Amino acid sequence: MINYIDLHAHMVSRTTDDYHAMALTGCVAVTEPAFWAGYDRVSASAFADYFKHLTEFEPQRAAKYDIQHYTWLCLNPKEGEDRGLAREVLAIIPQFLDRPSVLGIGEIGLNRVTRNELATFIDHVELALEHNQLIHIHTPHLEDKYKGTKAIVETLASNSRIDPSRVMVDHVEEHTIRMVLEHGFWAGLTLYPMTKVSPGRAIDMLEIYGTERLCVASACDWGPSQPLAIPNCMFEMRRRGHSNQWIHEVVYNNPCRFLSQSPKFKFAPLEQPALVH
Amino acid sequence: MQIEGSCPRTQRELIELEFIEHRTKILDIAAFLDRFDRSVEHNANDDFRIKAFREALKALNSHEFGRVERIQMLLSDMSSELRVERDGQSAYGAAKESEQ
Repeated sequence: MINYIDLHAHMVSRTTDDYHAMALTGCVAVTEPAFWAGYDRVSASAFADYFKHLTEFEPQRAAKYDIQHYTWLCLNPKEGEDRGLAREVLAIIPQFLDRPSVLGIGEIGLNRVTRNELATFIDHVELALEHNQLIHIHTPHLEDKYKGTKAIVETLASNSRIDPSRVMVDHVEEHTIRMVLEHGFWAGLTLYPMTKVSPGRAIDMLEIYGTERLCVASACDWGPSQPLAIPNCMFEMRRRGHSNQWIHEVVYNNPCRFLSQSPKFKFAPLEQPALVH
Repeated sequence: MQIEGSCPRTQRELIELEFIEHRTKILDIAAFLDRFDRSVEHNANDDFRIKAFREALKALNSHEFGRVERIQMLLSDMSSELRVERDGQSAYGAAKESEQ
């Protein structure tokens, strides 16, 4: 097996057994975007607790399995409708940005593509620019995917201070991948059952668009999802006839290329795939 | 014929590897539509999701490359206006007619 990095995993929702299984299949690092808890939180102090969990407890839990845990901070798009709460949460985020495992602002974006969600998204982008942070973006689900991705891409493209190579636009699918790549952003393929892409479709898109600026991730969370989605996809890549080097570029080197733009990220691309440690 | 972005497997190999899996999927779709017809109450033949589903099946039958992208677009909200306010947390899988 080849070592891999899961760029999107909501590990606070997963068991320690999942870390064990991920370690056994070659996972060396995860990055965890701030997420929706399944209900709308009512105060900024709830987010302060969550950010503490993400930056203190979770890295310790992962380290026991020799997995490096990094995180992204924000108020998730599903809660972006509440502008008052968003302002309060945005005000506390800077006190966490210097923590050693924080890579940037994310996953920000849109959910039902409302006016308030877009305003909250823009506020987060401004915060990221102000603090020179990488940006990780969630694009909406199902019928909202195309419209929301278009709104996000147009918003970012109209801001001359945005360097697209420092932005990951996640959850792309067949009808949104082209617009994301053509604007110079990184694109994420999410191996999530039912509502995102299967390994087969992710590999199709990698074959059609090439591997440059494309990553795969599990986005495992509290819903039906698979913490071992990346090794499963690697198996499918091999079955499809792709080389270990091709797989290594997608599951290890590409996440390194994007994430190492943060000086806190300690892994670098490797010429040859490393076998499971 | 080889197009840019080819799959490394030959058509013969793809059939050997994946035909049974996709045969199963197409039968599941057929069974879902039969189940829908057998339903105890016929109260959603004009539901926006089932209408979009039937349009997607027509697109599936195309002989032209790009079926997934075209079906994705058939199942998308193609309006450009932002919603005035959130109407819930979850998407439906197809656009309501008022949003197309």
